[in-house]
Amino acid sequence: MSDHHVMPFKTNLIIFLSLIFLTVLTVYTAKFVDLGTGNIILAMFIATIKISLVLAYFMHLKGDDNMNKVIIFSSFCFIALLAGICYSDLFFR
Amino acid sequence: MSTDKVDRRVDHSFHFESSIHEHESGKQGVWLFMATEVMMFGALFTAYFMYRGKYFESWVEGGALLDWKMGAINTVVLLFSSFTMALAVRETQLGNNKKALKLVVVTTICAFAFLVIKYFEYSGKIHHGLFPSEAMWNYDAQTSNLRLFMVVYFIMTGLHGIHILIGIVLMFWLMKRLKNEEFSKDYYTAVEGVGLYWHIVDLIWIYLFPLMYLI
Repeated sequence: MSDHHVMPFKTNLIIFLSLIFLTVLTVYTAKFVDLGTGNIILAMFIATIKISLVLAYFMHLKGDDNMNKVIIFSSFCFIALLAGICYSDLFFR
Repeated sequence: MSTDKVDRRVDHSFHFESSIHEHESGKQGVWLFMATEVMMFGALFTAYFMYRGKYFESWVEGGALLDWKMGAINTVVLLFSSFTMALAVRETQLGNNKKALKLVVVTTICAFAFLVIKYFEYSGKIHHGLFPSEAMWNYDAQTSNLRLFMVVYFIMTGLHGIHILIGIVLMFWLMKRLKNEEFSKDYYTAVEGVGLYWHIVDLIWIYLFPLMYLI
Protein backbone atom coordinates (compact mmCIF):
# COMPACT_ATOMS: atom_id res chain seq x y z
CA MET A 1 0.00 0.00 0.00
CA SER A 2 1.48 3.30 -1.07
CA ASP A 3 0.35 5.27 1.98
CA HIS A 4 2.43 3.28 4.48
CA HIS A 5 6.05 4.34 4.55
CA VAL A 6 8.51 1.73 5.82
CA MET A 7 11.57 3.07 7.61
CA PRO A 8 14.86 1.60 6.30
CA PHE A 9 16.88 -0.72 8.54
CA LYS A 10 19.80 1.72 8.40
CA THR A 11 17.75 4.58 9.87
CA ASN A 12 16.59 2.34 12.73
CA LEU A 13 20.19 1.36 13.44
CA ILE A 14 21.45 4.96 13.38
CA ILE A 15 18.72 6.02 15.82
CA PHE A 16 19.53 3.11 18.15
CA LEU A 17 23.26 3.91 18.12
CA SER A 18 22.56 7.62 18.72
CA LEU A 19 20.41 6.70 21.73
CA ILE A 20 23.22 4.54 23.16
CA PHE A 21 25.74 7.34 22.56
CA LEU A 22 23.48 9.86 24.32
CA THR A 23 23.04 7.44 27.25
CA VAL A 24 26.82 7.18 27.63
CA LEU A 25 27.02 10.97 27.42
CA THR A 26 24.34 11.32 30.13
CA VAL A 27 26.18 8.96 32.50
CA TYR A 28 29.56 10.58 31.81
CA THR A 29 28.42 14.19 32.30
CA ALA A 30 26.31 13.39 35.36
CA LYS A 31 28.87 11.23 37.15
CA PHE A 32 32.24 12.65 36.20
CA VAL A 33 31.68 16.32 35.29
CA ASP A 34 30.61 18.62 38.10
CA LEU A 35 28.40 21.43 36.83
CA GLY A 36 26.39 21.99 40.01
CA THR A 37 22.77 22.73 39.12
CA GLY A 38 23.84 22.58 35.50
CA ASN A 39 24.03 18.77 35.74
CA ILE A 40 20.29 18.23 36.05
CA ILE A 41 19.54 20.76 33.31
CA LEU A 42 22.02 19.04 30.98
CA ALA A 43 20.68 15.55 31.84
CA MET A 44 17.10 16.67 31.14
CA PHE A 45 18.20 18.35 27.91
CA ILE A 46 19.86 15.15 26.66
CA ALA A 47 16.84 13.06 27.76
CA THR A 48 14.58 15.39 25.77
CA ILE A 49 16.74 14.91 22.65
CA LYS A 50 16.50 11.14 23.21
CA ILE A 51 12.71 11.09 23.51
CA SER A 52 12.44 13.33 20.45
CA LEU A 53 14.40 10.71 18.47
CA VAL A 54 12.19 7.90 19.79
CA LEU A 55 8.98 9.83 19.04
CA ALA A 56 10.06 10.98 15.57
CA TYR A 57 11.63 7.76 14.26
CA PHE A 58 10.78 4.66 16.32
CA MET A 59 7.19 5.85 16.78
CA HIS A 60 7.03 7.16 13.19
CA LEU A 61 5.72 10.56 14.24
CA LYS A 62 7.87 12.15 11.53
CA GLY A 63 5.69 12.15 8.45
CA ASP A 64 2.71 10.91 10.47
CA ASP A 65 -0.79 12.31 10.68
CA ASN A 66 -0.72 15.81 12.23
CA MET A 67 -3.54 14.83 14.59
CA ASN A 68 -1.29 12.28 16.34
CA LYS A 69 1.38 14.96 16.79
CA VAL A 70 -1.18 17.32 18.34
CA ILE A 71 -2.47 14.57 20.67
CA ILE A 72 0.93 13.71 22.14
CA PHE A 73 2.13 17.34 22.20
CA SER A 74 -0.99 18.40 24.11
CA SER A 75 -0.27 15.81 26.82
CA PHE A 76 3.14 17.43 27.39
CA CYS A 77 1.45 20.85 27.53
CA PHE A 78 -0.90 19.64 30.27
CA ILE A 79 2.06 18.42 32.33
CA ALA A 80 3.72 21.82 31.90
CA LEU A 81 0.49 23.43 33.15
CA LEU A 82 0.29 21.11 36.18
CA ALA A 83 3.98 21.51 37.02
CA GLY A 84 3.94 25.29 36.48
CA ILE A 85 1.01 25.87 38.83
CA CYS A 86 2.43 23.48 41.47
CA TYR A 87 5.89 25.06 41.47
CA SER A 88 4.63 28.64 41.48
CA ASP A 89 2.60 27.72 44.58
CA LEU A 90 5.45 25.86 46.27
CA PHE A 91 8.32 28.27 45.65
CA PHE A 92 6.72 31.73 45.38
CA ARG A 93 4.06 31.57 48.07
CA MET B 1 -22.54 -5.51 3.50
CA SER B 2 -21.91 -8.50 5.68
CA THR B 3 -21.58 -9.01 9.41
CA ASP B 4 -19.21 -11.96 8.94
CA LYS B 5 -15.73 -11.58 10.39
CA VAL B 6 -13.53 -10.01 7.72
CA ASP B 7 -10.05 -11.26 6.86
CA ARG B 8 -8.25 -8.00 7.52
CA ARG B 9 -5.18 -9.16 5.62
CA VAL B 10 -7.08 -8.55 2.40
CA ASP B 11 -10.16 -6.55 3.38
CA HIS B 12 -11.25 -3.85 5.81
CA SER B 13 -14.18 -3.75 8.23
CA PHE B 14 -17.36 -2.53 6.58
CA HIS B 15 -17.64 0.61 8.69
CA PHE B 16 -14.37 2.01 7.32
CA GLU B 17 -13.75 3.47 3.87
CA SER B 18 -10.50 1.62 3.28
CA SER B 19 -7.85 -0.37 5.11
CA ILE B 20 -5.78 2.85 5.36
CA HIS B 21 -8.72 4.54 7.06
CA GLU B 22 -9.12 1.58 9.45
CA HIS B 23 -5.40 1.51 10.25
CA GLU B 24 -5.16 5.27 10.87
CA SER B 25 -8.23 5.24 13.13
CA GLY B 26 -6.86 2.38 15.23
CA LYS B 27 -3.47 4.04 15.48
CA GLN B 28 -5.02 7.34 16.56
CA GLY B 29 -6.76 5.48 19.40
CA VAL B 30 -3.41 4.15 20.57
CA TRP B 31 -1.92 7.67 20.44
CA LEU B 32 -4.78 8.95 22.63
CA PHE B 33 -3.99 6.18 25.12
CA MET B 34 -0.30 7.17 24.96
CA ALA B 35 -1.25 10.76 25.82
CA THR B 36 -2.99 9.51 29.00
CA GLU B 37 0.12 7.48 29.86
CA VAL B 38 2.33 10.54 29.48
CA MET B 39 -0.01 12.56 31.72
CA MET B 40 -0.15 9.83 34.40
CA PHE B 41 3.62 9.63 34.65
CA GLY B 42 3.84 13.41 34.21
CA ALA B 43 1.96 13.89 37.50
CA LEU B 44 4.48 11.61 39.23
CA PHE B 45 7.41 13.49 37.69
CA THR B 46 5.84 16.73 38.96
CA ALA B 47 5.78 15.21 42.47
CA TYR B 48 9.40 14.12 42.06
CA PHE B 49 10.55 17.66 41.19
CA MET B 50 8.44 19.29 43.92
CA TYR B 51 9.94 17.15 46.67
CA ARG B 52 13.38 17.39 45.10
CA GLY B 53 13.14 21.16 45.38
CA LYS B 54 11.93 20.99 48.98
CA TYR B 55 14.14 18.18 50.35
CA PHE B 56 17.20 18.35 48.14
CA GLU B 57 19.57 16.72 50.69
CA SER B 58 17.39 13.61 50.93
CA TRP B 59 17.31 13.34 47.16
CA VAL B 60 21.11 13.45 47.03
CA GLU B 61 21.35 10.78 49.75
CA GLY B 62 18.71 8.58 48.11
CA GLY B 63 20.21 8.85 44.63
CA ALA B 64 23.62 7.82 45.96
CA LEU B 65 22.07 4.67 47.51
CA LEU B 66 20.88 3.43 44.11
CA ASP B 67 23.21 1.40 41.91
CA TRP B 68 23.64 3.55 38.78
CA LYS B 69 25.51 0.75 36.97
CA MET B 70 22.46 -1.52 37.19
CA GLY B 71 20.30 1.38 36.02
CA ALA B 72 22.64 2.00 33.07
CA ILE B 73 22.55 -1.68 32.05
CA ASN B 74 18.75 -1.60 32.22
CA THR B 75 18.70 1.54 30.06
CA VAL B 76 20.75 -0.21 27.36
CA VAL B 77 18.54 -3.33 27.60
CA LEU B 78 15.41 -1.23 27.17
CA LEU B 79 16.83 0.83 24.29
CA PHE B 80 17.84 -2.38 22.52
CA SER B 81 14.33 -3.82 23.02
CA SER B 82 12.88 -0.64 21.51
CA PHE B 83 15.19 -1.09 18.53
CA THR B 84 14.09 -4.72 17.98
CA MET B 85 10.44 -3.69 18.40
CA ALA B 86 10.85 -0.99 15.74
CA LEU B 87 12.39 -3.63 13.46
CA ALA B 88 9.50 -6.03 14.21
CA VAL B 89 7.02 -3.36 13.07
CA ARG B 90 9.14 -2.84 9.96
CA GLU B 91 9.19 -6.55 9.06
CA THR B 92 5.41 -6.80 9.58
CA GLN B 93 4.95 -3.80 7.27
CA LEU B 94 6.94 -5.71 4.66
CA GLY B 95 4.74 -8.76 5.18
CA ASN B 96 7.40 -10.97 6.86
CA ASN B 97 5.44 -12.43 9.80
CA LYS B 98 8.13 -15.00 10.61
CA LYS B 99 10.98 -12.48 10.85
CA ALA B 100 8.79 -10.16 12.92
CA LEU B 101 8.00 -13.07 15.26
CA LYS B 102 11.71 -13.61 15.97
CA LEU B 103 12.19 -9.90 16.69
CA VAL B 104 9.21 -9.83 19.06
CA VAL B 105 10.73 -12.84 20.88
CA VAL B 106 14.03 -10.91 21.28
CA THR B 107 12.08 -7.89 22.58
CA THR B 108 10.31 -10.10 25.13
CA ILE B 109 13.62 -11.60 26.30
CA CYS B 110 14.90 -8.04 26.86
CA ALA B 111 11.75 -7.22 28.83
CA PHE B 112 12.34 -10.22 31.09
CA ALA B 113 16.02 -9.27 31.48
CA PHE B 114 14.93 -5.79 32.57
CA LEU B 115 12.63 -7.25 35.23
CA VAL B 116 15.31 -9.67 36.50
CA ILE B 117 17.79 -6.79 36.98
CA LYS B 118 15.04 -4.74 38.63
CA TYR B 119 14.33 -7.69 40.95
CA PHE B 120 17.95 -7.75 42.11
CA GLU B 121 17.85 -3.98 42.69
CA TYR B 122 14.59 -4.15 44.64
CA SER B 123 15.67 -7.12 46.77
CA GLY B 124 18.94 -5.32 47.59
CA LYS B 125 17.02 -2.24 48.73
CA ILE B 126 14.54 -4.30 50.77
CA HIS B 127 17.40 -6.32 52.30
CA HIS B 128 19.04 -3.10 53.49
CA GLY B 129 15.79 -1.96 55.08
CA LEU B 130 15.15 0.77 52.51
CA PHE B 131 11.64 -0.30 51.52
CA PRO B 132 9.40 2.49 52.86
CA SER B 133 7.42 0.27 55.24
CA GLU B 134 7.52 0.04 59.06
CA ALA B 135 10.99 -1.51 58.78
CA MET B 136 12.45 1.69 57.35
CA TRP B 137 12.03 3.57 60.64
CA ASN B 138 15.03 1.55 61.84
CA TYR B 139 17.19 2.69 58.93
CA ASP B 140 19.95 5.09 59.92
CA ALA B 141 19.16 7.86 57.44
CA GLN B 142 21.46 10.89 57.26
CA THR B 143 18.66 13.23 56.21
CA SER B 144 15.10 13.51 57.49
CA ASN B 145 13.19 12.81 54.27
CA LEU B 146 15.00 9.80 52.80
CA ARG B 147 11.82 7.78 53.31
CA LEU B 148 9.95 10.13 50.98
CA PHE B 149 12.60 9.60 48.29
CA MET B 150 12.21 5.84 48.60
CA VAL B 151 8.41 6.18 48.33
CA VAL B 152 8.77 8.18 45.12
CA TYR B 153 11.41 5.74 43.81
CA PHE B 154 9.34 2.61 44.46
CA ILE B 155 6.09 4.10 43.14
CA MET B 156 7.62 5.45 39.91
CA THR B 157 9.84 2.48 39.06
CA GLY B 158 7.12 0.11 40.30
CA LEU B 159 4.47 1.60 38.03
CA HIS B 160 6.98 1.50 35.20
CA GLY B 161 7.68 -2.17 36.02
CA ILE B 162 3.95 -2.96 35.86
CA HIS B 163 3.95 -1.41 32.38
CA ILE B 164 6.78 -3.75 31.38
CA LEU B 165 4.73 -6.72 32.65
CA ILE B 166 1.69 -5.59 30.65
CA GLY B 167 3.99 -5.17 27.64
CA ILE B 168 5.16 -8.79 28.00
CA VAL B 169 1.54 -10.01 28.01
CA LEU B 170 0.82 -7.94 24.88
CA MET B 171 3.89 -9.34 23.15
CA PHE B 172 2.82 -12.94 23.82
CA TRP B 173 -0.47 -12.02 22.16
CA LEU B 174 1.49 -10.64 19.18
CA MET B 175 3.63 -13.80 19.01
CA LYS B 176 0.51 -15.96 18.75
CA ARG B 177 -0.92 -13.80 15.97
CA LEU B 178 2.40 -13.53 14.10
CA LYS B 179 2.80 -17.31 14.31
CA ASN B 180 -0.62 -17.67 12.64
CA GLU B 181 0.49 -15.18 9.95
CA GLU B 182 -2.47 -12.94 10.71
CA PHE B 183 -0.77 -9.79 9.43
CA SER B 184 -0.02 -8.48 5.96
CA LYS B 185 1.33 -5.39 4.21
CA ASP B 186 -2.14 -3.91 4.46
CA TYR B 187 -2.93 -4.96 8.03
CA TYR B 188 -0.46 -4.66 10.89
CA THR B 189 -2.27 -2.27 13.27
CA ALA B 190 -1.86 -4.52 16.33
CA VAL B 191 1.92 -4.79 15.91
CA GLU B 192 2.29 -1.05 15.44
CA GLY B 193 0.01 -0.35 18.44
CA VAL B 194 1.99 -2.59 20.79
CA GLY B 195 5.15 -1.03 19.33
CA LEU B 196 3.94 2.46 20.23
CA TYR B 197 3.13 1.29 23.77
CA TRP B 198 6.55 -0.30 24.14
CA HIS B 199 8.32 2.87 22.96
CA ILE B 200 6.37 4.94 25.51
CA VAL B 201 7.55 2.58 28.27
CA ASP B 202 11.10 3.17 27.00
CA LEU B 203 10.49 6.91 26.81
CA ILE B 204 9.48 7.09 30.49
CA TRP B 205 12.60 5.16 31.50
CA ILE B 206 14.77 7.63 29.53
CA TYR B 207 13.66 10.32 32.03
CA LEU B 208 13.53 8.03 35.10
CA PHE B 209 17.10 6.78 34.76
CA PRO B 210 19.02 10.07 35.10
CA LEU B 211 16.57 11.53 37.63
CA MET B 212 16.70 8.54 39.99
CA TYR B 213 20.20 7.16 39.58
CA LEU B 214 22.47 9.94 38.36
CA ILE B 215 21.64 13.34 39.82
